[in-house]
Formats: sequence, C-alpha cells, structure tokens
Amino acid sequence: MKDIFKHIVRLSLLLLAVSFVAFALVSISPIDPVQANVGQAAYISMGEEKRAQLEAYWGVGTPLWERYINWLSAFIQGDMGMSLRFNAPVSEVIATRAISSLALMLLAWVISGVLGFAMGVIAGAFRGRLVDRLIKGYCFVLASTPTFWLGRVFLMIFAVNLGWFPLGFSVPLGKSAADVTLLDAAHHIILPAFTLSVIGVANIALHTREKTIDVLESDYVRFARARGESSMQLVKRHGLRNLALPAITLQFASVSEIFGGSVLVEQVFSYPGLGQAAVTAGLGGDVALLAGIAVFSAAIVFSGNLIANILYGVIDPRMGKRKTSRLRCGSGDVEAASLAAVEGGDGR
Amino acid sequence: MSEIVSVLHAPRSRRLGNRRVTLMSFLLAVVLLAAVCIAGFVCFDAATDTDFMQKNLAPCVEHPFGTDWMGRDMLLRTLSGLATSVAIGLLAAGVSSLIALMLGTAAALGGKRVDAVISWLIDLMMGVPHIILLILISFALGKGALGVTVGVALTHWPSLARVIRAEVMQLKESTFVAAAHRLGASPLRIAVKHMLPYVLPQFVVGLILLFPHAILHEAAITFLGFGLSPEQPAIGIILSESMSYLSAGYWWLAVLPGLALIAVVMLFDLAGSSLRKMIDPHSSQE
Repeated sequence: MKDIFKHIVRLSLLLLAVSFVAFALVSISPIDPVQANVGQAAYISMGEEKRAQLEAYWGVGTPLWERYINWLSAFIQGDMGMSLRFNAPVSEVIATRAISSLALMLLAWVISGVLGFAMGVIAGAFRGRLVDRLIKGYCFVLASTPTFWLGRVFLMIFAVNLGWFPLGFSVPLGKSAADVTLLDAAHHIILPAFTLSVIGVANIALHTREKTIDVLESDYVRFARARGESSMQLVKRHGLRNLALPAITLQFASVSEIFGGSVLVEQVFSYPGLGQAAVTAGLGGDVALLAGIAVFSAAIVFSGNLIANILYGVIDPRMGKRKTSRLRCGSGDVEAASLAAVEGGDGR
Repeated sequence: MSEIVSVLHAPRSRRLGNRRVTLMSFLLAVVLLAAVCIAGFVCFDAATDTDFMQKNLAPCVEHPFGTDWMGRDMLLRTLSGLATSVAIGLLAAGVSSLIALMLGTAAALGGKRVDAVISWLIDLMMGVPHIILLILISFALGKGALGVTVGVALTHWPSLARVIRAEVMQLKESTFVAAAHRLGASPLRIAVKHMLPYVLPQFVVGLILLFPHAILHEAAITFLGFGLSPEQPAIGIILSESMSYLSAGYWWLAVLPGLALIAVVMLFDLAGSSLRKMIDPHSSQE
C-alpha cells in the first residue's frame, strides 16, 4: 500500500514536470500567438492599440516562470484556458475528444492484446515451425511499417474499393448528433481500430513468444511432458497463467505507443479524437490546447505505467521485496523486456 | 558442445567465415542502402521536375512508380525522399545515441544522485507519447527540417541509455574490473581497456537499431505537417499529398513509396541485427 502511495507521488511529480516541459516548449515557439490566431490580414490591418491589448492577453513580455505559474494554478483549478481553433474551453475540447479517442484506443488495445497474446503463445508452442516463422515474419515486417501508411492503404482497399467502411470521421456526416446510433459509431471505429491493432500486436506477440519458450523449457513442463501431455495441453495447463499476467502488464506499459499510433491513425481517418486535435492545435498555433493535450496524454500513460507496476507486484511477490530498485525504474523493466524481445526476435 | 569450443579456438578468419551468411547480409544491406542514398541525392533536382503532359500516369516502363498530379516522376521523388529520410535519420540517431551513451554512462558511474536524476529524466521522456513530444518540439522550433531532426534526436535516447546504464553497472560490479582496480589501473585505463570493448558493441548496435525508429518518426511527423516543407522531397509529404487522391484511384501514389520506405527500414533492421550478431560477445556464437 505504501509503495503504491509512493508511486502516485512520484508520478504526480513527473506529471508536474511534463506540464512544465510542455508549457516551456509551446512558449518558446517562434510562432507568434497573436499573429497565428488573428491571421495575417487582420494582423496588418489591426491598430497598434488592439495589438497591444492582444499581446497583453497572450502574456507577451511576461517572464516564462510567471506565465507558467499562472497557467498551472488555473490548470489545477480546472481552467485550462481557451482553445482558439475550436473556440471553446480547452477542458471541454479535451473531454469531448477524449471519449472518441479513448474508445478507439481501448478497442485497439484489447484487440491487439488478445490477438498478440494468442499469436505469441502459438509461435512459442510451435517454435521453429512454419507457423512460428510466419508470425515472426509478420511481426518483423509490421515493426517497419509506418502506421499512417497502413491506414492509408486500408482506407483505399476497404473504404474506397470495397466500400465496406466509411471514409473517415467518427459519425456519419450530415446527421444530427441525436440521430447517431451506436451502430453508426461502431461502423466508423472498426477500420481505425483495426489499423491500430494490426501494428500493435507485434510487440506483445514477440514478448509472449519468448516467455512461452521459457516456460516450455522449464523443469515442471519437462516433467509434465514426460507424463504424456501434448504441447497444447501443456500450454493450457501450465503456460497460460504464467504468461497472461506479464502480457497484461506489458500491454499496460505500452499505452504510450498506442496513444502515439492513435495520433497518426486519427489524422488519416479524420477521426475527431485527441490526436487529431493535437495536430490541429500544433499546426494552428493553439498553444493552450496543445499543452493541455500533452499533459492529458502523459496522465494516461502514467496511469498505464502505474497499473503495470502494481500488477508487477501482484504477479511476482518477490518484486515487492526488492521494491526500491525495481519500482524506481518504472515501466523500464517492461520496456527493456519488450526491447529485448523485439531485438532478439530471431532465435534465442 | 565440442563444436562450439573448436569454433572459439579457431583463428579469427575462420570464425568470421563461420558466420558468412550474417556478414553477407550485413554487407548487402549496407550496399543497398548506400545505393538508395546516392541515387536519391543524384536525382534530387530531377525529382522536382514537372511535366504537365504526363500527369497522373499509372506505373509503366518509363515511370515505374507512376507520376503525380504535377507530372513528377514518383520513383525519383521516392528515391530522393528516402535519401532525405536516411540522412535525417542518421543525423538524429547519431546525436540520440551519443546522448544515450553520455547519460547512460553518467547514470551508472556518477553515483546515486546522478543516477536518480537521469532515471527520472528517462521516465519523463517516456511519459509523453513520442508523437506528441515530437509535435511539441517541432512546434517549439518553428517546424521545418531542423525541428524534426532535433525532435527525433531528443526523443529517442531513453531506451538505449537504459541499456548502456545496465551494461556499465554490470561491468562495474564484475570481477575483472575489480581485479584491474586492485592492480592499480587508473579509472581511464579501466574504462578504455575493460569497459569499452563491452559497451561499444551495444552502442553501435543500439545506434543502428535507432535508425528505423528515427526514419519512421521523421516520416510520421512530416506526414502530420510538422516536418519538411511541401517543396522538399520526403516520404511523409508524398503520402500526405496522396491523401487527396484517395477516391481517385491513383493507388500508386501511396502504395509504392510506402513499400519502398518499409524496404529501407527493414534493410536497416537487417544491417543492425546482423552486425549485432557479429560484434556482440553475448550472441557471437549464434
């Protein structure tokens, strides 16, 4: 319990640091907020007085620290500022977009987790066979495939040529919000979620494959095999429980990648989620929204890491005793493990 | 078992020959990549030549990748785009791995406080999704090629830094370092003579394995509109332009450049993993 509390404190501090980094980065941008937001033409025709007024509004000339403290204190109270691109409070934009985004990410997260796990177990159980080679090859190719390109190709095949899915957006165009059914939303979410999952399985599949091989080479499995159990029986009786929790933990720790992928997928599918909002904000100089989304995304990633770390303790009680070194690394062990899995994908 | 021992005691030349396939695939990958880069930079100007008589041609013998809406040859555009990507990727991955080397070593050798600070920094970098961080950094630098390069360089060091930190930590505790220390070797001598041979392979391989990430992220951030500008040949630009021709049926605009990018990324991966097999003491007997 104490560990979890310590963890939450550490993650809150990290979140605070993220907020400062995000704020500093958007603040040092040479893209002038006044110019970016009123447009070139309006800026030139604007009077000196109006310009000064806007500059004061944007805090041009006030030191960075002071602006950060002001922004942070408002942020903590729930006032994240106004989004200029969407002409609404940032908190509102994030809240509405987070629903679509989280639905997409959750779906892709579950699909890629289940699929990747299954693929990993199969590849590990039939190590060296054709299935294993196919799955490994698939993961290897997918690790080199740009998400946005895959989304573009899927759009071309499934939406344009076959016409099975809509060309983008999260709801049908020209339909009022009240008429949109859950079916409509589901129809729009399938293709982006599928794209995200196809890419997302590689990591977990390779990781699970390594673990499966480890388990199948252990003494208790050798003994069970001597008793006459078949490979599939072995996996079912002795492997799954050992394999599932690390896989779930890894999946929680890879929230960051799913988030990153969703930014690209949302852009390709014009899916109105957080990622697309971040891109719009970045291109349009919407400083408040960009900083808000950065902090929000970090909060999601940190929650994922927190859950992963708590699960670590649950899976392996030994972990709790060696807490300091293990826990301080955060998601590191999982990262390192997955990195090793990806890099050592051949053989071993 | 006896086979492995005999390989270990064999002269160096025979040991390398034993891994001929690995060596050949490494050389092949390097030569192909060099060819792509040289071809890309040679036809840099030709890639932007427009010919409005030959707009939107499907792939044919004259234009294997087809042409785009301005009659530019897609093969030339793709090649010079790839060359740009590889150049940016090399630069960014190089800087990134140097950062990783310095911070990883500092964390392992600099004492508890330094270690805590660097670990904290790594956690911080890993907390924000890469793409979001890249958007923030290229926004801060006012977009353009500089923004992408700096962004990719600043975001990709944490995983390698962790690997190097772990490696140096392990070396620090090892008996041969302790023995060298007792024998009166200076810290510099220990670092160069006893640690470098172990860290260098990790570093080189980490560097090479960073390229694919760097290239993919460069393409992604350019695709989103934060990277290279539309006049420059870049895979991200080609793909984002192709989005406007989604329903027009010009499949070659997106499919072929994308496949070329995947091929280049996989070549880098091949080069990296085969190089690792050759120089990493842990896996050299595979």
